Amino acid sequence: MSANSSIRRHYGLFYSAPMTVWFTAFFLAPLLIIVLYSFLRKGLYGGVTMGQFTLDAYRNLSNPSFVIITIRTLVTALIATFITILIALPCGYFMARSKNQTFLLLLIIIPFWTNFLIRVFAWMNILGNNGFLNDLLIRIGLIDNYIQFLYNQGSVILVLVYMYLPYAILPLFSTIDKFDFSLLEAARDLGATKPQSMFRVLLPNIRSGLYTAVLFTFIPIFGAYAVPLLVGGKDSYMLGNVIADQLTKARNWPLASAISMVLTVITTAGVLIMMNLQKKDANRTVDLKAKGAGN
Amino acid sequence: MKLNIKGIITNLTPGKAKGEAARHARRAYRQKPFSFSQTVFIAALIFLFLPLLVLIVYSFNESKGMGWTGFSMVWYEQLFLHSRDLWRAFWNSILIAITSAGTATVFGTLGAVGVNWYRFRLRNYVQAISFLPMILPEVIIGVSLSLFFAGIKLKLGLLTIFIAHTTFNLPFVFLMVMARLDEFDFSIIEAAHDLGANEQQTFLKVTVPICMPGIVSGFLTAVTISLEDFVITYFVAGPGSTTLPLYIYSAIRFGVSPVINALSVVMILGTVALTYLLRNFLKYIAAK
Repeated sequence: MSANSSIRRHYGLFYSAPMTVWFTAFFLAPLLIIVLYSFLRKGLYGGVTMGQFTLDAYRNLSNPSFVIITIRTLVTALIATFITILIALPCGYFMARSKNQTFLLLLIIIPFWTNFLIRVFAWMNILGNNGFLNDLLIRIGLIDNYIQFLYNQGSVILVLVYMYLPYAILPLFSTIDKFDFSLLEAARDLGATKPQSMFRVLLPNIRSGLYTAVLFTFIPIFGAYAVPLLVGGKDSYMLGNVIADQLTKARNWPLASAISMVLTVITTAGVLIMMNLQKKDANRTVDLKAKGAGN
Repeated sequence: MKLNIKGIITNLTPGKAKGEAARHARRAYRQKPFSFSQTVFIAALIFLFLPLLVLIVYSFNESKGMGWTGFSMVWYEQLFLHSRDLWRAFWNSILIAITSAGTATVFGTLGAVGVNWYRFRLRNYVQAISFLPMILPEVIIGVSLSLFFAGIKLKLGLLTIFIAHTTFNLPFVFLMVMARLDEFDFSIIEAAHDLGANEQQTFLKVTVPICMPGIVSGFLTAVTISLEDFVITYFVAGPGSTTLPLYIYSAIRFGVSPVINALSVVMILGTVALTYLLRNFLKYIAAK
């Protein structure tokens, strides 16, 4: 082992060097720039004034319009995540119970081989004023004039759910697939109703998959940019859109940076909370096993 | 967060190892026809496929509007014969995808070998920083890179897109090669060393062939993610460096052209065919 560990120490840095340098230059440095800019004063013609530190950008964040957008972004992300999980759970369950798992997985994934923007565009085709849905409703005589389905909170949530559904289905499927279904039978034999066996036997056992699914859907939805831009209206803008607007239109780099910091902090907090829950869960399982072994 | 759904599926092999008990239980506990979960699943499938079906139908619509006026191939003709800008954007996308995925594959593979097999001082830093780009929202990465390029006065164009794409592709290659390396025994490398191979020979003749499935699927995942990316590219693209997603975006934003419908159908068919081929290719590599 000693000869081996000397080889190990020798080349590690050498192998990792290109990647490390790349990430430091093109990921860490840009992030640090955002941090720096968020504390600088706005330049007269856009950009920033170097050397003038101020908390102006963060003070601007207490502006009611930003508070409203932050809350709206959170609420939108929570609702969309909740609906996604609600649909994904039975889907994952059904797929795990099925004998044609590979085929069903393929069915879930095929729509997502299509370009992201094209899928948004397809929804615009469906929900638009002259779109498929209005056309259908008018033809069957349910409505006389078109309904505006697009450019509101509802259309944003609908399309977000569409986009991130497989992100929730896949981790749930793989966790449920590992679940020992004979436990459900045992619960039923012991007198539990079907819902009882689902909520008190299945759900607690697939918690880790549930956390992963929530994380995989909530984070990208919280940072959404393209969907609210294309199918949302002015009053369904999310934090990502505000950042882009401040950067490109208002040319207020410090403010764009400060909002980016908010987005980063909330995202990171979400990741940490979920990872913590998962770790706690894993520890509990280990504890139970240890106890079982002790008996 | 960019997730590697496509990669996961490309890597799926039908006969997964499964617990005997679980398989037994599945056989014993048959689904009732039209159970609750099946109903939801079928509804979800309709939800997932409806937009694609609408695209396909409208791509054959004669008129420019949404209302159906009659069957026509005019938009396909437009797409293939009269859309020079679109095809230029397409080739830009291909160029960026291959170069950035290639760079990411080389750096990511080396990085994974370094982090997985060797112990050194910066190891934790390398590991943490290679994971972060996947959890940060794309907007943040796009905006920070855009400000960074402005700071170092690098003109926005294909080069900046290449840099950005390599940055978000790297974590995927890194993780996929790492996963492959985790399955392997370091003693193979030790044996190569004991038998007199030097570091370079060991790397090229033992390590790389062992990692090949991870390297190939990492590269392919990187290509697909790069071809797909809109948000980050949007912030780092300059005038005259349009990629296909950027072209599609402006087509949607400024007057929808039904050519996009036809393009979508071609792309759906293309990706389905490509993925089918790739799956078989990966299976062939794994079997070898």
